Amino acid sequence: MPIQYYIILSLSLFCIGIVGVLTRRNAIIVFMCVELMLNAVNLLLVAFSKVHYAAAYLVNKATTTGSEAQIFVFFIMVVAAAEVSVGLAIIVMMYRNVHSVDVNFLNRLKN
Amino acid sequence: MNQLAYLVPLLPLIGFLINGLGRKSFSKSVIGWIGCGTVLISFIISLILFFDVKNGGGAVISYFNFIEAGKLVIPFAFQIDQLSALFLLIITGVGFLIHVYSTAYMQEEETQHFGRYFAYLNLFIFSMLLLVMGANYVIMFIGWEGVGLCSYLLIGYWFKNDNYNYAAKKAFIMNRIGDLGFLLAIFWLIAKLGTVSFGEVFAHVSSLSAVDLTAITILLFIGAMGKSAQIPLYTWLPDAMAGPTPVSALIHAATMVTAGIYMIARSNVLYSASEVAQNLVAVIGLATALFAATIAIKQNDIKKVLAYSTVSQLGYMFLGLGVGAYTGAVFHVMTHAFFKALLFLGAGSVIHAMHHEQDIRKMGGLKKYLPITHITFLIGCIAISGIPPFSGFFSKDEILAAAYDKNPVYWGLGVAGAAMTAFYMFRLYATTFLGSFRGTHDQEHHLHESPKAMTWPLLILAILSVVGGFLNVPEVLGGHSSLHAFLAPVLTTEVTHETAHTTEYMLMGISVAVAAIAIIFAIGTFSRKPQLDDAAGFGKVLENKWYVDELYDTVIVKPLGNLSAFFKNVVEKSGIDGAVNGVGKLVNYSSRQLRLLQNGQVGSYILFMVLAIIVIVLIWVNDGYIYRFIVKLF
Repeated sequence: MPIQYYIILSLSLFCIGIVGVLTRRNAIIVFMCVELMLNAVNLLLVAFSKVHYAAAYLVNKATTTGSEAQIFVFFIMVVAAAEVSVGLAIIVMMYRNVHSVDVNFLNRLKN
Repeated sequence: MNQLAYLVPLLPLIGFLINGLGRKSFSKSVIGWIGCGTVLISFIISLILFFDVKNGGGAVISYFNFIEAGKLVIPFAFQIDQLSALFLLIITGVGFLIHVYSTAYMQEEETQHFGRYFAYLNLFIFSMLLLVMGANYVIMFIGWEGVGLCSYLLIGYWFKNDNYNYAAKKAFIMNRIGDLGFLLAIFWLIAKLGTVSFGEVFAHVSSLSAVDLTAITILLFIGAMGKSAQIPLYTWLPDAMAGPTPVSALIHAATMVTAGIYMIARSNVLYSASEVAQNLVAVIGLATALFAATIAIKQNDIKKVLAYSTVSQLGYMFLGLGVGAYTGAVFHVMTHAFFKALLFLGAGSVIHAMHHEQDIRKMGGLKKYLPITHITFLIGCIAISGIPPFSGFFSKDEILAAAYDKNPVYWGLGVAGAAMTAFYMFRLYATTFLGSFRGTHDQEHHLHESPKAMTWPLLILAILSVVGGFLNVPEVLGGHSSLHAFLAPVLTTEVTHETAHTTEYMLMGISVAVAAIAIIFAIGTFSRKPQLDDAAGFGKVLENKWYVDELYDTVIVKPLGNLSAFFKNVVEKSGIDGAVNGVGKLVNYSSRQLRLLQNGQVGSYILFMVLAIIVIVLIWVNDGYIYRFIVKLF
């Protein structure tokens, strides 16, 4: 399967994420869109990793080329998990305070 | 003996520092002792140097290199020779007498200001000594500027009076105009000869082109015009009378104003090589002598008369320089220092007795109240009028004889000036000392002879005014022209005039007779019926000094003032201030607009972030093609 498909899929997911972040006001959905963007990147990394490995395998059967990208993906997953726990905690606290998860309520830093 | 030379200027400098720093803590007598003592020791050393020079001593003593730049080396050097030794004696001698006189004259001042006064006076002596001892034009220029500064400080000594401050500023600015000429001359010398040392410059005169020589000498003369109050830069000197009277005597009569004469006499080699400059010096000198004398006739302030008289006498000295009678000019500097210091100190004594009244119309009949002042003042008047055997006769006659040699017209005008001198001096004398007292009853009650510290200098100066002339009795009168012989090694280009003895007798006879007639006429007119009303007609023009101050005001000061007002109100306010404030306003306005972007909407921040990322990515795609394109644009 050509790599272009993966790239287009990732780009689409990433753009959906961006548009979601920009347009939605519900904090939970914004949060989900952020996750979408992170995972779009993860998908791209895995795809590239696979392509590199396939190219190197033809030359050397014992190669480990491309495994770094997969390690990166794990890092991103760990960081994203940490982020989720912190972010959700913030949203919970926000709901407790203003009884809403609308991000437009969070404009008190103005002025 | 030359190793003592540096002490001559150093001592007054030390006196200046002590008196200047300790003016609040010392008593008046301590300040007086320090002030007079340092100058007295300088005088004694000057005497030693003088006799050393007379016996063939004297040298150029170099201490260190003042300026070293490439090939140009200007040493800090003193030149002790006949001319500077003579000036050293005049400066420290007359300076000492005036210091002593000042201790009594300034007694009423507060201690702190008394100390300031003596500090300035010592600083002046220091600068003046530097001026005459310097072995090159640059060291001379340091002294030249120093005396200008001291003159400014002392004219404005009573700084609480605005008019005195204006007079001080006027003197300083007028001097600066002249100083510029001097400075340009120094630069010109450096450019053409690469040296400013007197000896080297005079040795290389022949290598200068005629144009350079004329330019340098005229520029130097402009410097002398400012310092020695010649037309057109003379108006500061009469205003300088705002200073205390001893200052007028020392700075504005005896010493500082003769700096120009000293400078030209020192540069006699240059001047004798330039016919144009010499004629200019002679004509300006003669014009000043006559012009100032006419003004002096109608002045009613005792010090103003003497001030214009000084300007006039300085004109005679320049006439002497211009016709090549350098010795005559230097001789007149010396005798003038004696009798003009005497006259000013006498005037100071009168002012002291009259409680700071300076208008001669309110005096009269002071003869019987101030006997010593009267007799010494009379001696000064006779001396300046040129009646033999008083000193003024010999010096003025020498200049006039040389002028006759050059051009009989110079002589004729010079004698006319001498007649006016005799007339206004005896008008002053008769109005002040003869007739009856015209002041208030209160003033009459308090009239008193001045204390000893004031009368002693008067007596000494009176004796010098009488005998000073015998230093240089011309051969015609059975003398040896001793000063002439003494100064010959320095004034190498002196013109020796060879008028027949009979002609000389005739010239002397005419000038003495004219002066005598003027004296008799003045005494006869003013002792009985002094002129008390304001002058009318032409007299009014003279009383108002030919309206020269007003002329300068209209032609130079007002247009300059308008120009600065234009720069201040238009260029400064809307141009420079506008630009500076405009930048501030622009930043303020644009930040006010940009602040609107920070609206607190998280969504909009993210939108900007995304847009920025898109822009950055666009710039970098295609191997940074857009980036390179943008860089190329700038």
